Amino acid sequence: MGKIIFIEHDDTEHVTEFRAGSTLMQVAVDNAVPGIDGDCGGECACGTCHMIVADEWFGNTGTVGDAEEQMLSMTPERARTSRLGCQVEITEAMDGMTVHLPEFQM
Amino acid sequence: MINKNKEVTVIIGGGHAAGTLLTALLQKKYPHKVVMVSEEPHPPYQRPPLSKNYLAGEVDKASLYLKPPSIYEKAGQQLRLGVRVEQINRDDKNLILSDQSTLKYDQLVLATGSHVRRLNVRGSDLKGIHYLHDIADTDALRRELVPGKRLVIVGGGYIGLEVAASATKQGVKVTVLEAADRLMQRVTGPEISEFLYAKHTSAGVDVRLGAAVIGFESDDQGCVNGVTLADGGKVSADIVLVSIGVIPETALAENAGLLCDDGVVVDEFTRTDDPDILAIGDCTRHHNLFFDKRQRLESVANAVEQARTAAATLMSEEKPYDSPPWFWSNQYDVRLQMVGLSQNHDQRVLRGSILDKEFAVFYLCLGHVIAVDAVNFPVAFMVGKQLVKLRKSVSAEVLSNPNIELKSLI
Repeated sequence: MGKIIFIEHDDTEHVTEFRAGSTLMQVAVDNAVPGIDGDCGGECACGTCHMIVADEWFGNTGTVGDAEEQMLSMTPERARTSRLGCQVEITEAMDGMTVHLPEFQM
Repeated sequence: MINKNKEVTVIIGGGHAAGTLLTALLQKKYPHKVVMVSEEPHPPYQRPPLSKNYLAGEVDKASLYLKPPSIYEKAGQQLRLGVRVEQINRDDKNLILSDQSTLKYDQLVLATGSHVRRLNVRGSDLKGIHYLHDIADTDALRRELVPGKRLVIVGGGYIGLEVAASATKQGVKVTVLEAADRLMQRVTGPEISEFLYAKHTSAGVDVRLGAAVIGFESDDQGCVNGVTLADGGKVSADIVLVSIGVIPETALAENAGLLCDDGVVVDEFTRTDDPDILAIGDCTRHHNLFFDKRQRLESVANAVEQARTAAATLMSEEKPYDSPPWFWSNQYDVRLQMVGLSQNHDQRVLRGSILDKEFAVFYLCLGHVIAVDAVNFPVAFMVGKQLVKLRKSVSAEVLSNPNIELKSLI
């Protein structure tokens, strides 16, 4: 258990609780955070869970896969620390992590 | 539809469309009371994993749920599960439920989904013949998928092929019987069909095309043990799965006198011909602005888009449904992503390498991109989504030229 803070594009904050083993997308969806659709349910098929991880936390989120990289390369809001939330498995080390949401999903 | 008095909005059905509508309404802070009535005992859940990793036992039931049930309650939304709606009384604006109670509504949303198409041939009621549509169906099938058993799948569409891949992974011996002359004929072109044929065959699946089923054989216990084909051939089986498509669930709407035409007819705002009743998802035939005609679509993308449109309509916002449809499937190491409808194409363009299992087929009609099927090629899918949406005209030479970046086309 721990907390992840999602910050919408208009700066609205959502402090959410997570359990390790879930994904960033699932935590956002479980808490009805607006702006994260996750339409395909986490199969890396739709590109509707783009998130931008705070710089200092990016190193904790693992590596970007090939399919994920291809999907991310298509968003105009791509940042250096962009991830698809469904591809980031949550670990205890992410307690307190801040994640920014883009203005639009793909 | 909003006025000062608190009203009751009832959603019939508990699938992807209903679940997405609940979420959209809570995110929009919809001021009215919302009650969802669903025959299934589960909160809204995702069906796509049923034929894939849920069937393979890789994920548990709770992970299928779109949201933890507590979030609906916290938002004041009421889920009445395990209850069937028997009748819609439009004159009194109430519903008769299977527990004999009545439920009043001010606005009603039909999200009744679809039911499986049954195969009516000799022996089709035998034990061991399965269909796959909900969690209960999947649990029943999963219990029988034991290594070494022979599973015969009737129908080589999305569900049949996804189950073939999942069952093969579990050591089950799989035969796929497809009546058409290629796999997924209804939804894709020959390149993808042939690629999937080769993929399944090399994984050990016995795929038979042009194989029409005319009956099932049984043992002395009344259990299915074989399938009879129109050409006289027989295929031995321990388990059978029939996956030959779905039929929109329109009985309630039809009995209530709502306009139906192989689907509840709705406009681009999800409105039926009754101003107090909307309909969303698989059960609808909607006026599709993108195709400029009435269209029925069986897909998650359609369900969620219509649900979001319905939420806007309930909030008195104008947000027509106008996006092109998209679909996906995972089989073995194949990630298939599709956008648009390819049926009316007059030209197909291949990009990438079928041999390397990374390619896309662009479908053109009069020079415009109308659909794209991408295999392990997400960029082609994402670019394709834009090309199809914008109805871009791109030449075959450009699409197939590996020296021209796809991204440069949008």
